[in-house]
Amino acid sequence: MSLRSILAIIGVLAVVGLLVFGLASKGSSRLQPGDAAPTTALPQLEGNGSESLTDYKGRWVLVNFWASWCLPCRAEAPALEAFQQQHGGPRFTVLGIDTQDLSGDARAFVERYGLSYPQLRDGNGDNADEYGTTGVPENFLVDPKGKVRLVVAGPIGEEKLQKEVAPLLPGGES
Amino acid sequence: MSRLLLLAAVASALLAPAAAAGRPASLNEIEKQVMCPVCGTLLQLAESPQAQRERAFIERLIAEGKSEEQVKDALVAEYGDEVLALPPRSGFSLSAYLVPIIAFLVAAVALAAGVLRWRRGGSGGGSPSAGPGPSDEDSERLDADLARYDL
Repeated sequence: MSLRSILAIIGVLAVVGLLVFGLASKGSSRLQPGDAAPTTALPQLEGNGSESLTDYKGRWVLVNFWASWCLPCRAEAPALEAFQQQHGGPRFTVLGIDTQDLSGDARAFVERYGLSYPQLRDGNGDNADEYGTTGVPENFLVDPKGKVRLVVAGPIGEEKLQKEVAPLLPGGES
Repeated sequence: MSRLLLLAAVASALLAPAAAAGRPASLNEIEKQVMCPVCGTLLQLAESPQAQRERAFIERLIAEGKSEEQVKDALVAEYGDEVLALPPRSGFSLSAYLVPIIAFLVAAVALAAGVLRWRRGGSGGGSPSAGPGPSDEDSERLDADLARYDL
């Protein structure tokens, strides 16, 4: 085999390798129950600090990805706030992650719906990518050890919160 | 001539940010240079609710008298570097501009070297000093043939 043929084969293999790598890196799938939740630190929506899930270790956390421009997020916000009022405390909290949104719009949203649970910012959507979300809203219930226990892709209303999330929490049915 | 063109290309790539800094901001111009992060397309082509909020944000900054670069900086602060349709001309992203120029220079040098070698090879082929001379046997045959046709 001539040197030219070997170089041509190497070139073709390099192109195919790049294509496979591109497809593999694009196809990140949504986290599933049992997966470890990402612990990347994110800036707080209000304030200058940053937080990550490790700051909530030992608590159940309902991670809620949302954006102010998302209509279903407006529908689920009051249900999430009511659930936080009912169950929030040292063993559970809702954690809002505002993604691919304008911070001013997001702060106005929090004020409009009177959301009392902590809010973080994911302006470029990298954290949402880590969870493998495909849109907003999406919800991930993370247990005190940092493992995903429940995934709800799409809005989570009062019914789902009471039937699917509440039973998993301390003092719940299961 | 080609050197002048190359210099012009490099200068325009490096001086464009300075030119943009003084340019008055316009929504139409900025829409062509930034992305709708949710849609993954240029903002100019996007009609999603997020794109509409992004446009409103840009319009508000323009109304406040911000320049094009200031508006783009504000968008980067909100959405990250990914909001820019073209990578920033600093840090590692600068390689996106420099690599094509360097690749062009390397290709031009390689082409020039190839052409020079080809021309030397072409003109040297007819020279008596190029390459090994004919063998003794061939020389004898040549002399005999020349003698035969010698008028």
